[in-house]
Amino acid sequence: MSIILILFYMLTFLAVFVQVFFLVTYFENRKKIVIRSAPIELAHYPTVTVIVPCYNEEKTVSITVDSLLAMSYPADKLRIIVVDDGSKDGTWEALQQYKDNARVEIYKKQNGGKHTALNFGLEHTTSELVGCLDSDSSVHPEALKRIVTVFDNPKTMAVAPSIVVRDPKTITEYAQRAEYDMAHYNKKMLAFMEGIHVTPGPFSIFRKKVFDQIGPYRKAHQTEDQEIALRMHKHGLAIDHCPDAYVYTKGQQSIPKLYRQRVRWIYGFIKNAQDYRELIFRPKYGAVGMFTIPSGLISVSATLVLLTFMVSRIYSFVSHKAMQLSTVGFGPFTRPNFSFDLFYVDTRAFLFLSIMLYILIVVALLNGRRMIYGRKALSWDIALFFIVYTIVAPFWVLKAIWNAVTRHEASWTDERDYSLKQI
Amino acid sequence: MKNDWGRYIVVFFITVALFAVAGGLSNFFSNKKVESIRVAQDKLSTDILSSETQFALLSELSCTQDDGEENLSSELSDLSDKIEYSDKNLKGNADALQLKRYYSLLEIKDYLLTKKINERCGLKRIPVLYFYTTAENCTECTKQGYVLTELRNKYPNMRVYSFDYSLDLSALRALLKIYRIEDTKLPAMVINEHKVTGFQSVEDIEKIEPKILKIEAQKKTTADTTTKTQ
Repeated sequence: MSIILILFYMLTFLAVFVQVFFLVTYFENRKKIVIRSAPIELAHYPTVTVIVPCYNEEKTVSITVDSLLAMSYPADKLRIIVVDDGSKDGTWEALQQYKDNARVEIYKKQNGGKHTALNFGLEHTTSELVGCLDSDSSVHPEALKRIVTVFDNPKTMAVAPSIVVRDPKTITEYAQRAEYDMAHYNKKMLAFMEGIHVTPGPFSIFRKKVFDQIGPYRKAHQTEDQEIALRMHKHGLAIDHCPDAYVYTKGQQSIPKLYRQRVRWIYGFIKNAQDYRELIFRPKYGAVGMFTIPSGLISVSATLVLLTFMVSRIYSFVSHKAMQLSTVGFGPFTRPNFSFDLFYVDTRAFLFLSIMLYILIVVALLNGRRMIYGRKALSWDIALFFIVYTIVAPFWVLKAIWNAVTRHEASWTDERDYSLKQI
Repeated sequence: MKNDWGRYIVVFFITVALFAVAGGLSNFFSNKKVESIRVAQDKLSTDILSSETQFALLSELSCTQDDGEENLSSELSDLSDKIEYSDKNLKGNADALQLKRYYSLLEIKDYLLTKKINERCGLKRIPVLYFYTTAENCTECTKQGYVLTELRNKYPNMRVYSFDYSLDLSALRALLKIYRIEDTKLPAMVINEHKVTGFQSVEDIEKIEPKILKIEAQKKTTADTTTKTQ
């Protein structure tokens, strides 16, 4: 057995282990998953500030702010701070429509990166709870109230929402919709294990005292939402997840845009895992150190091994065909053989393990859908998800690793500038 | 910050069980494949025995008999492909190795029959003994395999018998001894009793054994005459 095949089996074992872990967690806790469809009333409405950092989002920022204003939450308890981080497009002009709105404060500052815009907002915050909402996202009217109920647990210091891809149109967006549906399930399972490692930019809500205790956002390799979560774990601060707090985000419309975003995310994950390596395999930090970060690193390695495995098989096939061509010419290629014999289907264990892994992923995705839409629905975007991610993901993982090794940091603003050029 | 060690252990055992299921399924299908080779070999064995018996019974008369000839040739070729595939993909399967040995014996048996037919009836089939190795990476052997497959397609009267030099089989050892085949000079071929070593292209083999071209030409002429007569 070749080394690459041994590695493949080892990583497949770990990947199956992760999916089975989620499934066992799901069956143990599924009755605790509450999905509310009707509006709710709270006994107490804590004061909340939502910071909206924006950079080159002239087309979507008003959708974001309008969705916050439309939330079912007492007006005197909710404050919206929009921070334009030196946009080069018409974002500032788009924000002028809110200048006379008492519930919205708009600020413009020199460009410094997303974390600086968030920290600018934090400096102006005095509320009990504070959150952020990326300016390409919008919220469900009940989202905030539902999140606030999770804070009934005094130990909960932050709550992550459920992110849904808004109005997908392109193949890439449909593929992301399936991915986000699965991520939704993964996040909830990690929440049960107290192992959430990201408080996503779209509408994660924190107790304000978290920032007072552990400090503001950091640049954190352009993934401040991962870093703050890891820092919270380091300080023993719990993060939960609210499955019915829906946030609608704009998916990346094209493969190049998705590629750029994922290179940044994975680069950030690798660098943050490196910065917080003291958490890894330390039982006192719980599931985040024992499970979440290791499984993330395994998935990065697995993608590489899978890529090497695929490339070696393609190389072997092509080189044999090339050898055949150089040895006997085009003769064999002009006699196409359409006969199919099951005998030649490779039935080594890796075939069945791959099938099992794909089934487990589909089950995860369907469980995620059940949590969002109330029913398990198979749809063609699942196939798109597998196709797009199987083909493209190895490249963004490779690029992220390359960037991590060469210390080349992709920027959040570059990503937005790139998007602007594409419009 | 909780670590549910019990769950880690349970999940570990479930994962091990899933791996065992995957291994079991793989084993099941491998055995099915070995079984299908065994069935094909039994059929081939019967067919060879039938040819031998037919030849012995009809003696000289059998020179005109071609019944089942093409069929036998295609069975040999199909089985050869499956044995080669099993060799690569069912490594370590004792049954697959045993079948490979049995297949080599059948090949030798058919080779001897072909020789007898050629002696009595004149050259009807060109027998090619082809020796390769799987003990080491032999690129020339792979290339030679392509050439022989191409020739088999081009000249159906050519019958290729492939032997793995490293196979532990006394009858094969005897064949290697008769033709003085050395493991350092592989691939090696015995084309209608002419031994050649090292890689040989299609053109090289056509030059070594021009009779294959002659037989093919004769066959074409006969076929054309038959068509015209009809």
